[in-house]
Order: sequence, then C-alpha cells, then structure tokens
Amino acid sequence: MNKAHKTDRSDKNTSSQTNKTEQAKAFRVVGHSVPKIDALGMACGLEQYVADHDLTDALVGYIVPSPHAHARIRAIDAKKARAIPGVHAVLTHEDLPRNFHTTAGQGFVEPSPYDSLVLDSKVRFVGDKVALIAAETRELCIEAARALKVDYEVLAPVLDAKKAMEKGAPVIHDEPEAHMPIPVPYDAKRNMAASASMGVGDMDEVKKSSHLWLTRDFSTHYAQHCPIEPHVCLGYLDPRDRVVLVSSTQVPFHARRITAQALGIPVKRVRVIKPRIGGGFGAKQEVMIEQVVAALVLATRRKVLLLLTRAEEFVSRTRHPIDVTLEGGFNRDGSINGMRMKVLSNTGAYGSHALTVMCNCGSKVLPLYRMSTVAFDAKAVYTNLPVGGAYRGYGATQAAFAMEVFMDEVAEELGLDPIELRRRNHIKPGEGSPVFAALGEGKPGVEQKIGSSGLAECLTLGEKEIGWWDKRGKKLGDGPKRRGVGMCALMQGSSIPEIDMASVSMKMNDDGSFNLIVGATDLGTGSDTVLAQMAAEVLGLSTDDILVTSSDTDLTPFDVGAYASSTTYLSGEAVRRAALDVAAQVKKVAAEMLETSAEGITLVGGKACVADGRAVTLGQIGLRTLYERDQHQIAATASAISQKSPPPFSAHFAEVEVDTETGFVRVVKYVAAIDCGTAINPKLAEGQVEGAVVNGLSYALTEEYLFDDKGKMRNPNFTDYKIWSTTDMPEYKTIMVPTYEETGPFGAKSVSEICINGPCPAISNAIYDAVGVRLRDTPFTPERVLAALRAAKA
Amino acid sequence: MEFQTTINGESHLIECEPGDTLYRVLRAGGYASVKQGCDCEGTCGACTVLLDGEAILSCITPAPRAAGREVTTVEALGHPSKPHVLQQSFVAAGAVQCGYCTPGMILAAKSLLDRERSPSDAQIADALSGNLCRCTGYVKIIDAVRDAAATLREEAK
Repeated sequence: MNKAHKTDRSDKNTSSQTNKTEQAKAFRVVGHSVPKIDALGMACGLEQYVADHDLTDALVGYIVPSPHAHARIRAIDAKKARAIPGVHAVLTHEDLPRNFHTTAGQGFVEPSPYDSLVLDSKVRFVGDKVALIAAETRELCIEAARALKVDYEVLAPVLDAKKAMEKGAPVIHDEPEAHMPIPVPYDAKRNMAASASMGVGDMDEVKKSSHLWLTRDFSTHYAQHCPIEPHVCLGYLDPRDRVVLVSSTQVPFHARRITAQALGIPVKRVRVIKPRIGGGFGAKQEVMIEQVVAALVLATRRKVLLLLTRAEEFVSRTRHPIDVTLEGGFNRDGSINGMRMKVLSNTGAYGSHALTVMCNCGSKVLPLYRMSTVAFDAKAVYTNLPVGGAYRGYGATQAAFAMEVFMDEVAEELGLDPIELRRRNHIKPGEGSPVFAALGEGKPGVEQKIGSSGLAECLTLGEKEIGWWDKRGKKLGDGPKRRGVGMCALMQGSSIPEIDMASVSMKMNDDGSFNLIVGATDLGTGSDTVLAQMAAEVLGLSTDDILVTSSDTDLTPFDVGAYASSTTYLSGEAVRRAALDVAAQVKKVAAEMLETSAEGITLVGGKACVADGRAVTLGQIGLRTLYERDQHQIAATASAISQKSPPPFSAHFAEVEVDTETGFVRVVKYVAAIDCGTAINPKLAEGQVEGAVVNGLSYALTEEYLFDDKGKMRNPNFTDYKIWSTTDMPEYKTIMVPTYEETGPFGAKSVSEICINGPCPAISNAIYDAVGVRLRDTPFTPERVLAALRAAKA
Repeated sequence: MEFQTTINGESHLIECEPGDTLYRVLRAGGYASVKQGCDCEGTCGACTVLLDGEAILSCITPAPRAAGREVTTVEALGHPSKPHVLQQSFVAAGAVQCGYCTPGMILAAKSLLDRERSPSDAQIADALSGNLCRCTGYVKIIDAVRDAAATLREEAK
C-alpha cells in the first residue's frame, strides 16, 4: 500500500564515522520518532495561536497601504479619519519618532541597513506603510483609510534591478539618515544596499590554462513563504503599563529589542510572547508588525490585533529575486581550476537581509566543490518592488540553482556523467574551502573543515532509487510527452558561527520531572520536542518527563531565535549542557542517599542507579531536595555559541515528463537523500525534508509574482499564485543518511532549509535530459518551457 | 436574523447579520480550531468544518445554511485523553507540524473516511486537495489518513 511515499534510513556509512553512528544507535530517546509534544493538542484544535487569544474589546489594527511604488507624502490630513465614530487612532509619520532601524530581525548590531521607520514621509513600494489605524472593526479601518487625505508627489519608480544603479536612476533612499550600522559598503545614493566580494588565486590564469571555460547567466524569481497563518500580533498594556506583544514571530528577543528601538521606549517595557504559530519559513523573522501594534497600543491604551490578510502577506516579505552569473575553468577530467560567481540581488524597497542573503549565495554554494581559485562579486540593489527578506534557503536556493545547472552543463561539455562530475569535485571530510573564511554575515567568515559528510552515499543511494542508468539520456515517453531525469548536490549550514547564541534553563520538580525553559522558537518545526528529547536523553528520562516552556522574553533565557538552521544544532547544545549540569546535581544527591560516589551513578529509566543494582528514583530525589533534607532547587542555566556551521549535505533526483505541445512539466518522481548528522527525531527530520522539497517544487514550477507596469503585484491570492496541494504531488522518497557531527549535540547538524534548494536545479536538469532545452530562468511554467522549446526549434 | 443549529452536538440559537459566514459565527462562538488563511476566499481550506458530515469551507458558506443542520468542528472529534483515530494517526504519522491546517485536514479526511472505508492514495489526495499545508509536503498527511482508514477498518471487524 505505502509505495508511493516512503523513507529509507540507510545503515551504511563511511568507515571513519561508522563507530560514532553505531554509538548513536544506542541513544534511548534521541534518534527515535517520539510524538511531537504539541501535536495532539493541535489535532484536537486546542493549541492556541495568536488570534485564538481573548479578543474581548480588542481593536483591529490596520496598515494603510501605499497605492504608489514611489512617492513622497507632501501632506497628510487625518482629521476626518479620526472623527469617525469607532476609530480610536490614526497615526501618521508626524505622530511617530524618526528612529531608523532594520526590520530584519537579526542579532545586534544587524548586518542590514537602518533604512526603515515605523512610518516615513515617503513610500517605496505598492503596499508600503502610509498610516496606521486602530478601530473597532476592519470595515471602520478601511473607511478611515478612505477618509485620510494624502497629497502624494508621485516619483518615478525603479522596477528593474539591472537599472537600479544606472546614472540618473531615481534614488529610493534619499533620506540622509539611512545608513549601514556596520562597516561594510553601502551607497544609498546609488541604490546600492550592499556589496561584497572575495577572491583567491588568479582567474585570468585559470581562463588561459583550462581545457574548458564556460560562462552562463541564471535568474531566479520572487516568491512568498505563504505560511498558512499570515503575520499576526496581539498587543496590550499590562497593569504595570508594559507593552505585551503576543506575536507570530520567529525571533521574540529580537522583536522585543527592535520594537523598543523603533518606538524609543526601553526594552524592559516590552514583553514578547510567541504562542503556537502557523508556520514561518523566514517570513516571521521579520520584525515588521510588532512595532506597529505597539504604537497603536500606546496610542489607544487598548488591546489591538493586527492580522495581515493574504493579499497583505504577499507584499510583506519575499524571497530576493537574484541574477547569478557563473564562469569557470575545468580540466578534461572534470576537476575545477577556478570559478567566479557574480550576484545581483533585488532587495526591493528596504535592505532587510540584503547583504547576508547575497553573501550566502557564495558561502553556502561555492564551498561544495573543491577549487583553489575562486572569486565572488555581489551587489544588492534597492528597487520599488516588494521587500526581500529571510526565506528558507536564504540565498543558497537562488545560487544552488545556478551552480547545479552550471555543473550539469559542464558535465555535458566534458562528456561526463553529472553524478560522476560531482563525485570528482565535492568537498569531503577533512577538507576546507577558502570561501568559509572569506564570507561571513557582515564580517569575515569562520574557517572550518568538514567534519561529517554523507554526500557520497546520498549520491549513490539517490542514483539507484531514481533508476538513473535506466532513464538518463533515454528520452523515454510517448508522442509529445518526453521523460528525463536530473539531479543536483547541495549543502547549507547549521547556525551562524561565532555570532549566534542560545541559552536554556532547567529545574527539577518533586516528581522527578524537569521544566525545560528555552528561548528557542518552535514555529511548527518541532524544536520544542527535539530539545526535550535531548534533555531526556541526558537525564535518563522520557520526553514526557520534560515540560517545555519556550519563547517568552519575560520567562525564558535568551535565544537568537529560529533562523539559519540553528535550533537543533545550537539550542540543542545549550540543552545538552544544562542537562549535564542538572544531571551532576542529581547524581550528587543520589550519591548521598545511596552512600556512594557520584561518579558511579548512571541515570536511566527515571532512576539514579549504582552498578550493584541499588537505585533511587528521580522522584525521590526531587522530593528530598524540595522538602526533606538539605533543601535546594536543582536547576541550571547554560548557553552555547556556535564555533562552526557544519553543513548538512543532500543530493536530489527528479524524473519529469515534459509535454512538448503544452510546455507542461509533470514531476513523475522525486528523491531527496539527506545527511543531517544524527536525526534527533527521524520523523520530524523527514517532515522538514518533505516540506522543504514540496515548497521547492512549487517554487520551481507554479509560484510566480506578476506585476503591472506600476510595480503592483497582480496576483496576491491563492487562486492566482499557485502553491502546491496534495494532488500536485509526485511519487516521492526521502532517504536519510546518518552521519555523526562531532561538534553537534548527539551528532546532529541542521535539516530545515537545505532541501528547498534542490527542486529548481534538479528539475531544470531533468527537463534538459527530456527535451534538450536549458532553462536558466525560474520558474518553469508551461509558457516558459514552450517558449524555450520553440526557440530551440527556430 | 436568527436560526437554530447544532454545533458539536449542542443546540444553539444563532443571531447573525446578512452576509455573515459560518466561519464568522463559529469563531465568534469560540470554536478556535476553525482557522483562516486566505481572506475568506475559500482557497486554503483551514476553515473546513463538517455540515451534516460533509466537509465544507465555512468561510464561503453563508451562516444560515447551517439552519436546522449539524455542524462539527475538530474539537468534537476527541480530546487529548480520548482522541479520535484520525487525531491519533496524524500525531503518530508526523503529519502535524505547525498544526494550523490540521483541524481542516482532519475534518476533510473524516468526511472521506465516512463514505469510503478503503480509499486509494489518489482518493485521499483528491479529498484533501482543497486544504493547503506549507509545512509537511503532504507526505505524512497522506500516510496518516491511510493509517487511520486501516485502523478504522480493523476496529469495525
């Protein structure tokens, strides 16, 4: 029955890591698919999301959207709007402090330009914020927005990233205060939001000496994360006049800091609570509506709920559309002499994540292949289009598309099998890359050597599963429908090294259970569960003995939040340390009770045991320490900073059928083989792979922003912007290839982002195998494929 | 206007305005499992409830259509101490990530399993095709419904 969708967990491994992966099998809780701790409550409809909180007497918040892509507000008159009964606040730029900040939701100091205000006297894209309203209903908000008199000086927009830096182009950020808070290139007068470059070796020499020199241009398109729950924030004043924000955020601590910064209020006056949230995928790293809600709460002293509509969500934050040019020199045997990547990123109206997404194009893609000469040259430009931001894959999606199609072309030019070309060149354990040290997040990166890699096995198992040798180059199919297979190799990272920090607290209860209090942010990924499993593993408990409280800036210790594929790797390490600390305290008490030494005690099955068979339960220890003798609270707080960002690796294989008469591409089968180190919870890890792959498939084939000639998105709804549903699914298989990452907790690396990068290149390469046309621009809609087929014929 | 309806087994007298949707009535009544993700255009499926056992999109259903009929939300299927087979199978299969689409998915699946004891994967996919999920990639959701069907057949023996 269960044939179409299945998962293999490979037991094979490279010899150097075999012992460690064998050891990993001895874990009792880690490595097991325990149920996600909040799943049953969700399935019963009981878990609370932001909009499920008590909304009695709550006002509705509303952002008046700009109708223009680029305009100056000469005058704004809110008198009539404010006079409407039921309208409690209408705020314009004249009512709010001019505190420049970035909405990027990154650590302090952010590597994104301070080019944003809660409200400005200029609007920079269709949908930008003109004014804020709080009223008793949304209808009243809209009525008030209509009553707002705005005198716009409409300016010429920049709608083409390639023309953004041309001489005489309209300047989007002409306000003198816009600046980069860290010392990196920034030139708002030329619409340049970021630039970065690096180079090692002599590329001219590579060009001269190589058997093959190839140059290709690629481009990727806008997309939205489409969490089924759009951005939503509920704010109110507590009895001590503090602003409480219950928000669908991936970064509660950054949200607290940035809200305070934007409004000029003390951090201590803000509390951010993240309840359950309906998906994020990077969109909810953006601190974009918290300051709006806080401003309305302070203006009205009322409870305010701001829930973006789907149409508003589409122009909230997006994936940066990026043009990538690759050129490189290769020897006859496929070895790489050198490669240069040029990047032009469209960051839209604000520079959120402009620098770091662009740098990730290089840092998460170029190191995949061994090369001594390498160059990277990137710019991000402002346009009057929707704002880019963090989106699962974070630049690697865009650049991996270019790199992996490029490699397919190189293989063809050299007469090599594309899998073999990867085998000959991909980075292996013990190897480094000059790119790691050169490209960081707003500063140089961190040198690292690969510790664990299962990529070789991913390639082999995927090749077999897709039936590569039976299908490649065979152009199978009937009549106008032709089949082909394509593949790609991928890497990502796990956390931002030497920048990201996570911390957790643990305390023991009188029944031997523990509270695990984490700043980490579960946005549906299951991180609360994964972290509980790690604590349970150390303490010899089961997951349901660990009670997780997460993501409340008043209650939990700090964590940077859910981004950069960091939670399992980094927050997990903090959990492991805190658990080891409380385990030592537990053992000390047990040793007193058992009149032995703490060293001889092991924690297993809810008990502290001595080799001679004597034991006390953790419940007995809990009772004793809280009530009976030498009373004290067994508790610990621990922090972790990542020193490395060990890449997970993956190989993807696609079989497609191309209808040469309609241009429609059907994915017949898709295989994702992944090495994420130890999968702490295999089912949840598979879920990350599957979710990322299907999001990637949808991005590759059906999702596309359509703009009118004034820069307005024409299709901001699920009818006209098609995200995949169940009936679009191909036959699908995940193959987990376990390795053991020494620097990660219990051998874990990351899993959440990498697999969204595969579908674009794997499908483009499969289309080429099927019908012989190269698609170097995404997405592969029937129109594009048909045009390419016709161009090839002509 | 006023009308009588049964929600999760309890009779209710509903007062609503012309143009009110069933979604709006249910949310106002505190049935928080009924979600919204598409501006009430009927394109995401998160608002799915059962009307006389049939899965419908409550956000595009005029409220009075529930007059004299039975509305079921996921809260009525089971609770954590006594979950419905589908609720259990969604948890066990790993079909729940953010959980926002889950109530709608489970109700769409229930509507299918009530009329088809042994659905094929294609039938499951068809029945859930109006329910969008951005987290799971649907693989484990299909697994969960298939597993639940098998369990229900076993229980019926």
